[in-house]
Amino acid sequence: MAFSKHNFRSNTLPAMTMAGPVTLWLAFFVAVPLIYVFIMSFCSIDEAYNVVFKFTTANYQRLFDPNYVQIYGTSLIVAFLTTAVCIIIGYPFSFLIARTTSKYKALLYMLIIIPFWTNSLIRIYGWRTFLGTNGWLNTILTTLHITSGPVQFLFNRGATVLGMVYCLFPFMVLPLYTAIEKLDKSLLEASSDLGAKGPSTFMRVILPLTMSGIFSGSIMVFIPSLGYFFVADILGGGNSDVIGNLIERQFQSGNNWPLGAALSIILILITLLLVKLYQKAGGDMESLGV
Amino acid sequence: MKRKTKAAVKKIAGIVFCGLVYLFLFLPIAVIVTNSFNATTAKPYLTWRGFTFDWYVKLFDNNTLLTSFGVTIAIAIISTLLATAIGTLAAVGMYKYKFRGKGLIDGLLYIPVVIPEIVLGISLLTLFSNTHIPRGMLTLIFAHTTFSTPYVIFNVRARLAGYDQSIEEASMDLGANRIATFKNITLPVLAPGISGGALLAFTLSIDDVIVSYFTNGQVKTFPLKVMESIKSGVAPDVNALSTLILIGTILLVILTKSDLIKKIKALVKR
Amino acid sequence: MADEKKVIVEIKNVNKLYGDNHVVKDFNLDVYEGEFLTLLGSSGCGKTTTLRMIAGFEEPTSGSISVEGEDIHNKEPYERDVNTVFQSYALFPHMTIYDNVAYGLKMKKVKKPEIKERVTEMLDLVQLGGFERRYPSQLSGGQKQRVAIARALINKPKVLLLDEPLGALDLKLRKQMQLELKRLQKKLNITFIYVTHDQEEALTMSDRICIMNEGVLQQVGTPFDIYETPATKFVATFIGETNIFDGHVLLAENGRLHIAVEPGDFVVNGTDFISGDMLSVSVRPERMLYSETPVEGFNLSGTVKDQIYVGSVLKTVVVLSNGNEVKIERLAGQELPKGGRVYLYWNDGDAKLIHTFDNVFASAVENIVME
Repeated sequence: MAFSKHNFRSNTLPAMTMAGPVTLWLAFFVAVPLIYVFIMSFCSIDEAYNVVFKFTTANYQRLFDPNYVQIYGTSLIVAFLTTAVCIIIGYPFSFLIARTTSKYKALLYMLIIIPFWTNSLIRIYGWRTFLGTNGWLNTILTTLHITSGPVQFLFNRGATVLGMVYCLFPFMVLPLYTAIEKLDKSLLEASSDLGAKGPSTFMRVILPLTMSGIFSGSIMVFIPSLGYFFVADILGGGNSDVIGNLIERQFQSGNNWPLGAALSIILILITLLLVKLYQKAGGDMESLGV
Repeated sequence: MKRKTKAAVKKIAGIVFCGLVYLFLFLPIAVIVTNSFNATTAKPYLTWRGFTFDWYVKLFDNNTLLTSFGVTIAIAIISTLLATAIGTLAAVGMYKYKFRGKGLIDGLLYIPVVIPEIVLGISLLTLFSNTHIPRGMLTLIFAHTTFSTPYVIFNVRARLAGYDQSIEEASMDLGANRIATFKNITLPVLAPGISGGALLAFTLSIDDVIVSYFTNGQVKTFPLKVMESIKSGVAPDVNALSTLILIGTILLVILTKSDLIKKIKALVKR
Repeated sequence: MADEKKVIVEIKNVNKLYGDNHVVKDFNLDVYEGEFLTLLGSSGCGKTTTLRMIAGFEEPTSGSISVEGEDIHNKEPYERDVNTVFQSYALFPHMTIYDNVAYGLKMKKVKKPEIKERVTEMLDLVQLGGFERRYPSQLSGGQKQRVAIARALINKPKVLLLDEPLGALDLKLRKQMQLELKRLQKKLNITFIYVTHDQEEALTMSDRICIMNEGVLQQVGTPFDIYETPATKFVATFIGETNIFDGHVLLAENGRLHIAVEPGDFVVNGTDFISGDMLSVSVRPERMLYSETPVEGFNLSGTVKDQIYVGSVLKTVVVLSNGNEVKIERLAGQELPKGGRVYLYWNDGDAKLIHTFDNVFASAVENIVME
């Protein structure tokens, strides 16, 4: 033991009582379940769709089914578009809110969060009501004679991306807001003072110093969008399924848990890869959670 | 005047842009609130049939809907309390002491935060099914506590970053034991971080769809009730309940943010 | 002497309001080429706002600012030939020292070899050769300060603005940097406009000092002028220690003024005053004298409250009949008994007479009352 007797008595006991419950909790509800999933991905099923502990790699072979591969592609495209749209809209938005001198700044910040106190499903359904063939938007368009008849806005990739952006927008905005607010005003003044015009200051000072916000926001948007099956269900109508839909089907209607487990391993690997990239780029794990 | 005009144009463009973003964020809410006053009774409840308050009355006859709401709140409260308790303890413990396996706990903490919710959901489903824990209220509480705890820990940790440990030493120097010091010194100083984490945990819990979807058994939380009703069209009474929940939360935040609560407390104390 | 010099910055009738808050009031100032000018005042006096208006970060509510005769109102900060050394240094944390200093040249699209040459030269000038590849976080406060100065000087600005640049440094380093800044300024012959609240710093470094209080310019002059002939009571009390007697002129004749103050009266030389004028008389502690016997022309006495040796100086506090305290400093000599009576006096010319600004109004009231 490297510890002296005194240290042992004064530190280990309190440390154990304080960190112990969480350790046990995480071990039982995070680590063990993931190990189960990993094991299950190598299991077989019998005729009645019960899981049997017989080793097989069949589930992994099925992952290369062209229909599945196509969905991975769709899912990655949706995730990519969602992240891109969130950055393009979220960055200037966060910038304006974080650097406003308005006395309503706190209120403007709250207004980003308030919609999220209404259940996300029902809000997504709100979009469906708004965009549907007899929804608000179509009523407006036909009344104003912009279109001759109802337009189908729903049940395509665009609608799925819209829903994803809607659900995940604050996860992009909040880290961006934090990063932009931290930006020292005198750095921007110094840049301008030294002869840099707006775009130069943005590219050389603002963007590099807020890159961390873009990185954490992207992680928080890209990864969940691979799994939000209900968005693809409600707005995409089965025409732009994401990996989450595949997994959901195996655990509910399809009832092929081992295959679902193997599909989950794909998501876990994508997550691990992106998190590694994020850390490589100097990202701080802590800023993903606050 | 050139500079001033330029600045004014920029400002107006900024306001318009932010306005559009807020419109985007609040549009579905407007749809929900409007539809809660829709007099239609025919599925899928989309055609406007006139204005009515009926749904706000009928809502209180819809027992399954009210039960689902009660279940949601109960689960949120219990899981928030659990997550806050073990999360706060752990955050402080990990901040104060160095011990083996700390890095491992850290690693485990990030998993529920970064992993897609569906993976957490199906892995818990697998666990509960393999260990024969019957799915229901209890498993929902376990699941919600699991995804909430890391957020509590991160929030408390953020608060700990500016924490001066010598005040604890001062407390012990003045005769308080560890428990008294934790209660009288550590907790009050960390209170803003703890309450922030708890609020986040509560929000995550009442809004959760995906993890609950795999761990609920026969118990229907409000989001799951909504999910069920989507196939046949969300009924106006669900919209009405959502509207009431939204108003309730906004009022709650205004109350906690404003000095009103403090003033009432002061009055009561007198 | 000032007439021969070329005006480089001309500030005319400048006002700045933030809502109802009037932070700079009717400000007029000519800054000469190559001079070291200090804006001195306590926090909130409008000195930093004035500097920021010259830099272009703030716009005057009214009035104009010209550099070399050209009104710079419509110029963005990046179009102005002035550069700033920020209070917090404002070094770009994600760039090396080299890139920080090179920034201004890159913005001017200067060719790479020339940038390299000029940055190296500039870093040598501030004695930071060899630090090119470090990052700001790896430097000490004094080193960051030098980088900030080098970065601001690289574009050879017509005017360098410095906003409390030494505020974050410890005393010893501050003294050293004061001398170094002065050396740089002389060597490069660039106009420096320097903002500080530290009067000692201002007195040490400046060619001219411009004292501000609550947005109003109080006095502009050389350190000697400011110390020896303060224009306002504020300047007299703000710069160095002094004893102030408020009173009025009883009688003015033949260049002699008989002045009554609350605790007594005395006669001094003075021509700018007429009977009835309100004024303040300022006598520095080191010019104040005392005697144990009455002095001709002075009727000002008190009791000794305290005497302290501070090294070679003997500090004495005397309480006057109205309760006011007078501070006296003299080279160590004989100690006085506590509670003993002393008679205060000074040599002609050591008392500075300052018009109190409300005297016009006050004498008008007096006249009305007398009529």
